[in-house]
Amino acid sequence: MSESTATGITAIAQHTSGVEIVLDQVVKVYPGQQAPAVEDFSMTVAPGELVMFVGPSGCGKTTTMKMINRIIEPSSGSISIGGRDVLSLDPNELRRHIGYVIQQIGLFPHMTIAENIATVPKLLGWSKPRIAERVDELLETVQLDPGTFANRYPKQLSGGQQQRVGVARALAADPPVMLMDEPFGATDPITREKLQAEFLRLQESIGKTIIFVTHDFDEAIRLGDRIAVLSDRSRIEQFDTPANILAEPANDYVASFIGHGAALKRLALVPVVEATLGAAVGTSGAPTIELAGNLRDALDVLVLTGLPAVDVVDEHGRAVGSLSVDRISAVLGAELPGRTAGSRAGAR
Amino acid sequence: MNALDLDGLLTFWGRRWDDILELVLQHLAVVALSLLIATVVGVLIGILVWNRPVPRSLTIAAAGVALTIPSLALLALITPVFGLGWTPTVLSLVFYSLLPIVRNTVVGLREVSPAIMESAKGMGMSPAKILFAVQLPMAWPIILTGVRVAAQLTIGIAAIAAYVAGPGLGQFIFQGLSSLGSKNALNFALTGTLGVVLLALVVDGAFVLISRSTTSRGLRV
Repeated sequence: MSESTATGITAIAQHTSGVEIVLDQVVKVYPGQQAPAVEDFSMTVAPGELVMFVGPSGCGKTTTMKMINRIIEPSSGSISIGGRDVLSLDPNELRRHIGYVIQQIGLFPHMTIAENIATVPKLLGWSKPRIAERVDELLETVQLDPGTFANRYPKQLSGGQQQRVGVARALAADPPVMLMDEPFGATDPITREKLQAEFLRLQESIGKTIIFVTHDFDEAIRLGDRIAVLSDRSRIEQFDTPANILAEPANDYVASFIGHGAALKRLALVPVVEATLGAAVGTSGAPTIELAGNLRDALDVLVLTGLPAVDVVDEHGRAVGSLSVDRISAVLGAELPGRTAGSRAGAR
Repeated sequence: MNALDLDGLLTFWGRRWDDILELVLQHLAVVALSLLIATVVGVLIGILVWNRPVPRSLTIAAAGVALTIPSLALLALITPVFGLGWTPTVLSLVFYSLLPIVRNTVVGLREVSPAIMESAKGMGMSPAKILFAVQLPMAWPIILTGVRVAAQLTIGIAAIAAYVAGPGLGQFIFQGLSSLGSKNALNFALTGTLGVVLLALVVDGAFVLISRSTTSRGLRV
């Protein structure tokens, strides 16, 4: 057992980019409660995938996530990371190789930002120069100037800056897996959007396997590779890409979660290049649509101008074609899985 | 009863300066020693009970009740066992110091927010590591406030300890009380009392400095 523990940790620690997470029939029953908080939860998360758990509060999404780093011990079932059974590993050792970010951040107020970020590397016994170098590198990764921030204390930072430090601290030992519990939930909308964009850019370069819990469906659409919509007892109502969930909600529960404006939310996910462009209109002085944007922005321009078609321009400002409401609708229609790929409906 | 005679008092101070200084130092020493022992014992008790509801309530309640025992009675009770002088004095001062120190240790350790505890645990810190690297440093200003309260308490009580031949300024106070009517009675009592008050003020000021220099800047800003 101890031998398997040691090799298990090494196996997880070797990876710095994402590894696979498998949850198999995981159950959590709290003592003294009849109904399980999590019932028969099974899911496979691919290496490097960013999976969002979305559901109302109390549905068990956080409980499910916290069983992966054993902050909460499962009652039964198995969980593996990179093929290693986490339940057979020493919990403290395990947690040093799983990044963990919570909504309240939980920075240590009596330690400087640098000391906070150094927490896990110190536990792992890294040398001082290596830790110092890593701290600087991470502060730059989360866009905080090391010279300015390393020796400050958490209280001297804004909420958004603190949350960036929280992410940096979780990334400190370069864990293959990250668990994030509503990390941007307590920030104001503008800061949140900024943090989300930065986080997406960061994930593109580091490719961790991430489980991200949120109750904000729009955040899930924006960030997730796949979204698991959860209901009571952490039951998976639908587990699919944002586009597919928006195009074809599995049931009324999922539909109610999406709320109104599903088509508009989908358009935000589709880049302009996916539309079939018409011939350029060439009206000089008229507003244009940027080729790099998404269809929601394009529609915005169309509605605002009231024109039947608006030119699409590339980064050099050259008109490469035009878009109309009809052409945008056509993209949505073509995206409907039922119409183009009949096999998908059967697969579900 | 003699009226206050300022010249007499000054002459008394001039003649007995060495005695006064020695008693002040004795007083300070016995309080410091007692606080040191009480801090070690009190923080240990706090660490043992902070997370266990029943022992925690029992300890705080017991310490609270203990504080209501009059110091004179306590001293009288323990002298048959521990004799006279420093031993019963230190013991009783430790006894009275425990309540504020234990209570503040428990409060301080419990006050660390669940989010900080969870993030510490989530990063793979063991409970002992969390206690020493996170909880105790964060609780330190609160614990130190408990020690400061205990210091004020024991500087006063130490004066009573002269009753069992304990060290310190209480000797002057008792000497004055036992020789009422004599020429220097008031001078003795007044010097002892003033000394205790001044000592209390100086020690309190010292605690402000200690607190400032031993508390993380992150907890002060």
